[in-house]
Amino acid sequence: MANLKEIRMRIVSVNSTMQITSAMKMVSAAKLRRAQDAITKMRPYAQKLQEILSNVSSSESNSTFSQQRDVKSTLVVAITSNRGLCGGFNNNVIKEIRNIVKTNPNVHVLSLGKKAFDNYKKTTMHTFEGFGDTPYDIFDKLTFSNVSAIANTIMDQFASGKYDKVILVYNRFKNAAVQIIENEQFLPVLPPVNSEVQSNVDYIYEPEKTQILEELIPRTLKVQLFKALLDSNAAEHGARMTSMHKATDNAGEMVKELKLTYNKARQASITGEILEIVAGAEALNG
Amino acid sequence: MRVEIITPETVLFQGEAEYVFLPGSSGGLGILNNHAPLISSLKKGNVRVKDAQGKELTFEVLGGTVEVLNNQVMVLAE
Repeated sequence: MANLKEIRMRIVSVNSTMQITSAMKMVSAAKLRRAQDAITKMRPYAQKLQEILSNVSSSESNSTFSQQRDVKSTLVVAITSNRGLCGGFNNNVIKEIRNIVKTNPNVHVLSLGKKAFDNYKKTTMHTFEGFGDTPYDIFDKLTFSNVSAIANTIMDQFASGKYDKVILVYNRFKNAAVQIIENEQFLPVLPPVNSEVQSNVDYIYEPEKTQILEELIPRTLKVQLFKALLDSNAAEHGARMTSMHKATDNAGEMVKELKLTYNKARQASITGEILEIVAGAEALNG
Repeated sequence: MRVEIITPETVLFQGEAEYVFLPGSSGGLGILNNHAPLISSLKKGNVRVKDAQGKELTFEVLGGTVEVLNNQVMVLAE
């Protein structure tokens, strides 16, 4: 049986691990709430924008961003987290990208989030042109203007013909426990499904419809990227919360088992001592 | 009429207003009650709202889109 002191040390160390994991769980829960708020706040905007877009784009659109070209090179935007300890969250993204690489020619990966960056920085797929040397602090300042800067760069690269197809890969937030891996085409823009919301109001357009459309498409793209980042952010905190909850539970169980072994060992040693004393006394009497 | 000014991050203004001035990309737009349905893009500038109490509020936008329909003014700002 293990040494009493050793067991005591293990119990202490498991206990302190448990404290850390439960604190991380609490932090993630708070951050999750904030991340969810951000999603709720942008939802009306995205909805209205979609409505206006489907109203405007009833006519044929042939903007630069909806051009279908032969796909010679692909850009994958990998959205992961900056930190680990969140279960399979980041690995799922990387796995999904591995599938994309198989089916698309000449794939380059733009990493948003440190985990993807670390994974791809040494490969030939890695690209980070036009983003300076701070590739992943986007999650520290998750504002619309920062995201639109990234979206603009991606759109420029698409427009210049550097990439013929852009795909977003991220975790969509379903609920705190479930993240769904999404693989979404970002560019070229897929024609909007304007069957349901098409209203018959006779709008005045100022300036021309096509001009408005030209402005609207980049904006919807920015919103799409922003939404993906917000979703991924919320999903990250959800994933971390669940995995930290599990870790806390496991640590609790482990402490329980260790305590049992500890008490058994303690009892055994006491029994041993009593036996020795009794035997000693017998020897004296005898 | 009802005016809403929203950005992807937050709702800037929501409520009744008498008059809205918008920096339309082909010239300033003043919108009063019962304006005809309109969709227009906006350029950088200030959106001025005169609310029901006659108080004037100003919001700076970098661009955006506005939709006017049935006395509802929806400003999607950036």
